[in-house]
Amino acid sequence: MITKVLMPKLSDAMETGKVIKWLKKEGDPVKGGDVVAEIETDKANVEIEAFGAGIFRKIVVGEGQQVPVGELIAVIADPADDISSVTAAPTKPAAAAPSAPAAAPAPAPRPAPAPGAAAPVPLPAMESYQSVPATTAVVPMAPAAAAAAAPAGGRVKASPLARKIAGQTGVDLRVIQGTGPGGRIIRRDVEAAMGAPRPAAAPAAAPAAPLRPAAAARPAFVIPPRPDVEFEDVPMSSMRAAIAKRMPMSKAPVPHFYVTSEVAMDEASALRERLNALDGQPRVSVTDMVIKAVALALLRNPGVNAQLNGQAIRVHHRAHIGLAVALDQGLITPVLRDCDVKPLARIAVESRDLADRARGGKLRVQELSGATFSISNLGMYDVEEFSAIINPPEGAILAVGSVLQKPVVEDGELRVGRRMKMTISCDHRVMDGAMGARFLQDVKRLLEEPLRLLV
Amino acid sequence: MAAQSFDVVVVGTGPGGYVAAIRCAQLGLSVATVEDDRPGGVCLNWGCIPTKALLRNAEVVGLFNRAQEFGITVGEWKADYAQAVQRSRRVADRMAKGVEFLFRKNKITLFLGRGTLKSARVVEVAGKDGATTLEAKRAVILATGSEPRSLPGVTIDEKWVVSSTGAVTNEGRPGSLIVIGAGAVGIEFADVYAAYGAQVTVLEALPRVLPIEDEEVSTQVARLFARRDITIRTGVKVKNVTPGREGVSVSVEAEGKPETLKADQVLMAVGRAARTRGVGLEAVGVATERGFVTVSATMETSVKGVYAIGDMAGHQLLAHKAMAEGVVAAEAIAGQSPRPVDYGNVPSCTYCRPQVASIGLTEAAARTGGREIAVGKFPFTASGKAVAQGDTEGFVKVVADKATGELLGAHIVGPEATELIHEFAVGRTLEATLDEIIHTIHAHPTLSEAALEATLAALGHPIHI
Repeated sequence: MITKVLMPKLSDAMETGKVIKWLKKEGDPVKGGDVVAEIETDKANVEIEAFGAGIFRKIVVGEGQQVPVGELIAVIADPADDISSVTAAPTKPAAAAPSAPAAAPAPAPRPAPAPGAAAPVPLPAMESYQSVPATTAVVPMAPAAAAAAAPAGGRVKASPLARKIAGQTGVDLRVIQGTGPGGRIIRRDVEAAMGAPRPAAAPAAAPAAPLRPAAAARPAFVIPPRPDVEFEDVPMSSMRAAIAKRMPMSKAPVPHFYVTSEVAMDEASALRERLNALDGQPRVSVTDMVIKAVALALLRNPGVNAQLNGQAIRVHHRAHIGLAVALDQGLITPVLRDCDVKPLARIAVESRDLADRARGGKLRVQELSGATFSISNLGMYDVEEFSAIINPPEGAILAVGSVLQKPVVEDGELRVGRRMKMTISCDHRVMDGAMGARFLQDVKRLLEEPLRLLV
Repeated sequence: MAAQSFDVVVVGTGPGGYVAAIRCAQLGLSVATVEDDRPGGVCLNWGCIPTKALLRNAEVVGLFNRAQEFGITVGEWKADYAQAVQRSRRVADRMAKGVEFLFRKNKITLFLGRGTLKSARVVEVAGKDGATTLEAKRAVILATGSEPRSLPGVTIDEKWVVSSTGAVTNEGRPGSLIVIGAGAVGIEFADVYAAYGAQVTVLEALPRVLPIEDEEVSTQVARLFARRDITIRTGVKVKNVTPGREGVSVSVEAEGKPETLKADQVLMAVGRAARTRGVGLEAVGVATERGFVTVSATMETSVKGVYAIGDMAGHQLLAHKAMAEGVVAAEAIAGQSPRPVDYGNVPSCTYCRPQVASIGLTEAAARTGGREIAVGKFPFTASGKAVAQGDTEGFVKVVADKATGELLGAHIVGPEATELIHEFAVGRTLEATLDEIIHTIHAHPTLSEAALEATLAALGHPIHI
């Protein structure tokens, strides 16, 4: 069996991809599920898995090379298979489609191809190829559908010690790649995921730990000041280019309106301190509480959890939250799914993991799309309030400012209170001001009575 | 004569070499082995196996001495040491033949003679009937082992001053013996000779016997040996060893004072040194470090295609470590990705009575990490099986990480300790915690229950004590 490894289409916007690193050499045996390469898309680096089994016969696209989506990048086959016809074919991808007047350089978005049928696929479908949908010749880390539908369940192979350490530190075993026999998660994998391996001499590590989250949350922006020149032209990273291309597609055609509200965060701050004082519980951030509050409010206000879909409005009844994560070279919005049903502790663990992996360029494909609503929190930068641009095709985004100490008047008395401002940007084609305001009111109430986040 | 060509040439057929050869053959490679003594190396011929035969004799003698305790009246009986040695030779011969059989079974060609590396791919064998040249198409595995060390200025003549190799074949038992070095070898020979009635004195420079073991283990062994009238002297520096007409004088310094000890014979058991001379390492440029060959995680030396395993490659000088390395080297040569040897998880065993076995960290080593640990101990006096069989000396001790229950180490003194240790070895390999051990049902009555109880003790709730 010959399996073609094609440059996968990992997001709607992706047109080309770059092979960063091949993790298999020519001649290596490969089985389904082996990670074969790291691919750079316009927004993130992702690992791709092999679908077929056999020998990793040929690398067609070298490391560092960029090719359009759908292009052949490698061939997996049995040692006996003749792969010369396969490796020769992709140089002229359009040749087999004579009906296409001019070969479009970027392949059109693929309809689910009928196996074997003469589908409009730029690569000729040959019988010797594995007849699977072309984009899954190499599939993402895990089937996206499965991840969306059932986050729980499924046996995780992990050693008892790994389980125990994970339980004590809040590391989610399901997101770790095991390095033990047969992919079993062992102690060193969990410690690597914690980011702090525990050496034999550990005492110094403990006091330093509380500082780490704050430090990690603050990415270093990479353009250093240069007093010696008047100006400089810095090449755009592919991520920056994607943002530059995508944002006008939101701001111009999508009529934004904004609603701002102030939340009393005294109760939420006190609850958070108490939660974080608990032994063996993951650290909960303000963002985590906002995520939970937003998710619960979205379920009550499905009109805000909505997007324009052709002539219809698609209303979501699940809260998949996109989290804006600042990176050196731009910004990415990985998705935390099913926040409406996940307990706060789980959200805390997963959001940190997602942000860490976003910064490390280690996100999985299905984590890059599928948000129904996004949150952007600039609270750590001492920002009172701001408004965000909607990330299409979503219908709204919430911009969260810092929790600030302010003079407040309560029962005629002046005292110091903690206040946080948040601003929702809404797509006016989908919803109206009152809907956004009602939603915001619900978020506010949930954060002001934060025990509701725990029940 | 033209060179004979094989995929792999293994120099040395001790436990490292013969296992590597068999594993290579299993993986479809053609293999030649080179041996200048007998197949099986020191382990099978002069070390592990024949000493275990002698120790079994010592154990039987010990049981005869205790016959009264079991209500058995024994008439006149005699323990003939020469016959014990003869039995041990038969055992060694049988095991060495076993290796030859395994070679035939796996179509491995054995060349007798001394193998020397001429290049990274060529081994010359100097045999009795002239030289043979072997070409290795894929790799050479060096497994030349080690030899007994001595103290500076002391010659091992195998008459007055003997090494373990001399002692194991010596049919005459000295009336009195001074053992220099209280590691596993020294302690085992002290046990054997004392059982056969020799007056034994053990000298150790470090503050305790079996110095690499947990301190409580050392204390227990020293106490039990003293009870058997074996003299143990620790913190003693040996200055000089002088053979004379009336035996050997050993001048020592103990607590700052010079002293002279006398015995019929001296057993030098101060450790072993890698056999790296005459192997051709220098000619090919194989790097060594402090007397041992430097190797990678797949046992490859600084020269591509030349591998080194076993005692010559350092770490613990133990047969089972060499075997594990042999498998890693063979699989790496065959193009597989073997798991490297975990040197932190190699069991250590001493076959004296009672036996000593350990794995992982001692209590003291575990504490130096600054972590909080939990220690559990269970004495065999509280084990039904141990009492029934009349072997109540010793204990099982478990050292664990307090927060996670990770099994950091296990230390056993007592009956069948060297068998019992593997429960903890498997546990550590699987990254089991104390919980998995206590949730494993242990058959009653067994000695293994002591392992369960020591684990329960580490958690603070043993049942039977």
